[in-house]
Amino acid sequence: MPDSLALDPRDRGGLQQPMLIARDLRKHFPVKGSGGKSVQAVDGVSFVVDKGETLGIVGESGCGKSTLARLLLHLVMPDAGELVFDGDAVGVPDGIAVGALRRQVQMVFQDSYSSLNPRMPIRDSVAFGPFVQGKKKDEARDIARDMLSRVGLDPSVFGPRYPHELSGGQKQRVNIARALATGPRMVILDEPVSALDKSIEAQVLNLLRALKRQFNLTYIFISHDLNVVQYLSDRVLVMYLGRVVEIGPIDAIFERPLHPYTRALLASRPSMDPGRRIEAPPITGDPPNPIDPPPGCRFHTRCPFTEQVCETKDPALGTWQGLQSHVTACHMRDPRSGHSLYGHV
Amino acid sequence: MTDTIVLDEPLDAFEEQALPATQVRGYWQSVFYRLRHDPMTLVFAAVVLLIVLAAIAAPLIAPFDLYKESIVGRLKPFGWHDHPLGTDELGRDMLSRLIYGGRVSLLMGVVPVVIASLIGGMLGVVAGFVGGRTNTAIMRTVDVFYAFPSVLLAVAIAGAMGGGIGNGMLALTLVFIPPMCRVAETATTQVRALDFIEAARATGARTTTIIRYHVLGNVLGPVFIYASSLISVSILLASGLSFLGLGVRPPVPDWGLMLSTLRQSIYVVPLVCALPGVAIFITSICCNLVSDGLRAAMDVRM
Repeated sequence: MPDSLALDPRDRGGLQQPMLIARDLRKHFPVKGSGGKSVQAVDGVSFVVDKGETLGIVGESGCGKSTLARLLLHLVMPDAGELVFDGDAVGVPDGIAVGALRRQVQMVFQDSYSSLNPRMPIRDSVAFGPFVQGKKKDEARDIARDMLSRVGLDPSVFGPRYPHELSGGQKQRVNIARALATGPRMVILDEPVSALDKSIEAQVLNLLRALKRQFNLTYIFISHDLNVVQYLSDRVLVMYLGRVVEIGPIDAIFERPLHPYTRALLASRPSMDPGRRIEAPPITGDPPNPIDPPPGCRFHTRCPFTEQVCETKDPALGTWQGLQSHVTACHMRDPRSGHSLYGHV
Repeated sequence: MTDTIVLDEPLDAFEEQALPATQVRGYWQSVFYRLRHDPMTLVFAAVVLLIVLAAIAAPLIAPFDLYKESIVGRLKPFGWHDHPLGTDELGRDMLSRLIYGGRVSLLMGVVPVVIASLIGGMLGVVAGFVGGRTNTAIMRTVDVFYAFPSVLLAVAIAGAMGGGIGNGMLALTLVFIPPMCRVAETATTQVRALDFIEAARATGARTTTIIRYHVLGNVLGPVFIYASSLISVSILLASGLSFLGLGVRPPVPDWGLMLSTLRQSIYVVPLVCALPGVAIFITSICCNLVSDGLRAAMDVRM
């Protein structure tokens, strides 16, 4: 929940209505020449984002996080599933158009270098968004100047510069300024600090926090780095091979992880304490090929608790009981699965 | 007043000092900077400029009448009776005809390339940006023309249309559209894959807006470099067409045509008869070297 309860004038349902509901999003990329097989990048992802919160999305490389981010803005068209933004279905005649969605939701991309046009000065890159959305050029430039100073870059120094004259951290600040220039209510951050040095990463994370308070934003924060996710998020969604395996409040996830994959992820974080060294890796191997996912639970090939039912039946995400629920898609937590460890773990 | 945020940690002092102290340079300014410091390219560019100026100022500097024939003064060597470069097979002054001939050659060198860049460039950008079936339709059509050697294609088109300067330029334009289209398409496809295009789409910009502000600026470089290298080819092809009689009609002076008519007289005054060829050679190679210099200045990874 935001600190101030002042609602954005574009708000449509009040604070009870979730900012975003994703239902059963699906995106398969057909592989040419393989006879109809496809990469199942996102396969039935559902979640809810509350107004004013930060939802962290965690997972290994290749689990579909970036595809999911693009699906949320319809930069990539979903094959199936629906998106509901503040009560309006996206892309259907009755609801909100994709163009209107893009005025309220923006994205910060991972690669700070290729996210900026090398032939455009910084101030023009930042001013492009407002300009496209109807502002005059001078107005757009003023907004750009304002945004640059809000992210900690002096607009008179950095405005006329070109991207190749900026460091990685500075470029990422520009990307954040660019995303905020159009005045969105929600920002999707696709691994915004993954390519930065640790000290710069800390500065950018603090900046994101401050901006969220200042502009009353909602964040979806995608990362593979659990510590970063823990620093910013209120709730966490764990993805594996295109599916949601666990979702819940930050403390619950980090202190009482339910899914074996989440447990393994948390256990593989190196510890600062030299006495606590990890002798054997908590999880081995690579995720299976997303073109040919294993039948049943997708994690069963790497799960230490796998049983017969895991190899044949797909586990469903547990019953959703509101935003503070902590649910997982695992047969060990499902009383009807017949898994021997139910109730014992 | 804008309120700058209070960061939990102050901005690292080193980050401020790391800002480059040199003057901020945009892409085109840096191109001009590199060109200014490239003596060879400047020399060749000066030669090209000289040729262009001579062609433009032809009425002012040509010493003799272009078409005044002289039975007695045919095929005379350098310096004969105030003709600095001799006379041709009909007694006309070579220098004047060379200067005026430069007009036709330069025109037929530049105009087809410019038009082909515009048309081919536009087709290539559309094909590259839209992708899919549009891309296949445009690029495979272009490939059909690519299958023909350029000289053959130019001769075939110019011959079928009946020769003349206009048809010659049309033929050359058609010959150059496929390569320009391909260069533009490659550049556009590469740019399209970059994140800033997706970021532009994420702001809700229309395709035409994105192409205008983000794609064209990045595609212009490779297209311009390639076009400048085509000018020398175009001059050669144009001269070839004229040599075969598919260009301007006599007695209008044109280097290729002059070569053709002087060919039989090469044993009489070889130096005079080789002059049009020398002119073609110098113009073409200087354009080529200038375009190389341009490529070196422009094709820089930033």
